[in-house]
Amino acid sequence: MNQTVTKASAVISPLGDSALVITFGDSIQYDTHKQIKTCKDSIELNPFPGFVECVPAFTNLTIFYNPLEVVAAGRKKQKKEFVSPFEVVCSIVQSKLENEQTEKELDHRTVSIPVCYGGEYGPDLEYVARHHNLTTEEVISIHSEGEYLAYMIGFAPGFPFLGGLSERIATPRRPSPRTSIPAGSVGIAGMQTGVYPISTPGGWQLIGQTPIKLFLPEQNPPSLLQAGDIVKFEPISKEEYQEMQAKEGGK
Amino acid sequence: MSMRVSKAGLLTSIQDLGRRGFQQHGVIVSGAMDSYSLRIANLLVGNNEKEAGLEVTLMGPTLEIESDCLVAITGGDLTPSVNGKPVPMWKPLFIPKGSTLSFGPCKTGCRSYLSVAGGFAIDEVLNSKSTYLRGEIGGYKGRALQTDDVLPLSVPAASKPAFLSNELINGVYTSSWSVNYKEFVHFTKKPAVRVMNGSQFDLFTAESKSHFMKEPFKVSNQSDRMGYRMAGPSLQLQEKKELLSEAVSQGSVQVPPDGNPIILLADRQTTGGYPKIAQVITADLPLLAQIKPGESIYFSHISLHEAEKIYLEKEQLLQELKIAINLASTK
Repeated sequence: MNQTVTKASAVISPLGDSALVITFGDSIQYDTHKQIKTCKDSIELNPFPGFVECVPAFTNLTIFYNPLEVVAAGRKKQKKEFVSPFEVVCSIVQSKLENEQTEKELDHRTVSIPVCYGGEYGPDLEYVARHHNLTTEEVISIHSEGEYLAYMIGFAPGFPFLGGLSERIATPRRPSPRTSIPAGSVGIAGMQTGVYPISTPGGWQLIGQTPIKLFLPEQNPPSLLQAGDIVKFEPISKEEYQEMQAKEGGK
Repeated sequence: MSMRVSKAGLLTSIQDLGRRGFQQHGVIVSGAMDSYSLRIANLLVGNNEKEAGLEVTLMGPTLEIESDCLVAITGGDLTPSVNGKPVPMWKPLFIPKGSTLSFGPCKTGCRSYLSVAGGFAIDEVLNSKSTYLRGEIGGYKGRALQTDDVLPLSVPAASKPAFLSNELINGVYTSSWSVNYKEFVHFTKKPAVRVMNGSQFDLFTAESKSHFMKEPFKVSNQSDRMGYRMAGPSLQLQEKKELLSEAVSQGSVQVPPDGNPIILLADRQTTGGYPKIAQVITADLPLLAQIKPGESIYFSHISLHEAEKIYLEKEQLLQELKIAINLASTK
């Protein structure tokens, strides 16, 4: 494989001929997240010719580029010999990694998401409570006391992968996935929690629902949450839910 | 300026080269499955190659042409005709107002592209006109075309360009030349699709790696714009391993625990957690787009540098084609 190890001990490898992956670690760690976020910000603030977009994940950052534009930008000097776009982007990334300062702390935006727990909005809340010998109130207070880090957005538009769930309520996925989950559903899967922005099939344990829209196609950025955001869940009553939903729908 | 859909066909949607820049927000790219064919159709009618056209699948629609328009049809041969008479592909066609454009049996490939001079007058969503069918955004009302839809067209000069013939042939005015598309689109049985090793290639058993490169894989009926599900020898990992989700790209070949590979295509999710055994090279993605369910393909391995060379050569050829079309169109 065409792998390159950088000074910052990240590994760069190709994802096909138009993208590459910079891997910073092999498990979900805050330090890894910090390196990914720092690298992403540095590239986005000062994009190289041919840069298309990048996608952060738990342990790596994928950079998509246009090989033709990458090569065209370097052509003036190099004339006609074959230039590998991967190698060009690799060396750009390496020099960025060398000049980065990951010691500095990240700025996290905190986003509060109102949730109506249980009942018709959270059909699995009682299951989660029974599974851990807790009352439903205890599950709600543990879930809403936590602070969660959005490590990445993926799977569906605006879907956050949130880390930081308490082991006291971590619950395995349902044995067979539901064919349709309503938009706004708040779920638990193992040590993760997340919110379904659009209606899709899925196997997470559903404990509540938010009236807030997480996918906003008419806005830029179209996702309420970004990787690096801190998410807090705020319990609301059924009446508050319905009132907020009426307002959201009228937007 | 418009065309009306009088018969919807199987799956016709508005697509451009995709919705780029929003994958970190989970927004899928979409776009034409056979991007070379769409780009050439656009060049033939004088559009920017990034303009949106119609992607027509297997059974095409019937369109009432409500104003004079210059169009080009490329890609798979779904036997297009105007007022019931066959019309040629891969060249500009001037279709007079009041004509009916329809498609017939599928002779080669499975996706045709129709571009109109000036493009379709629809709003962009997140910088693209592409239809994301599952997310119901972009394109015409976020969905595939239906009977009685009226597609508004932008307003280019609708008068017939001078380089077209003065004679109506089968209901259209056309050029004496057409483009040689064979460098870009192939229609062969059991084609070889070139791949590079995927990020998790080394996690598969030696037997699986060898089967993957030698045996044919059949495109199953559960294939769509999101991905082709393939049936062939079962591919297995040396040991069971749970991977964390990470970005995938068009052409990523991932293998779920059932051992049947899935090639991710235009409407793929932005991230995935299944191991990737291979990655189809960008230049061969249009080839895949023209494979029908039930047909088979082979995978053949090439290096990253070979893949990059092929990509850059094709782009060079497309540049030459652009110049040739411009010259031919100004004669």
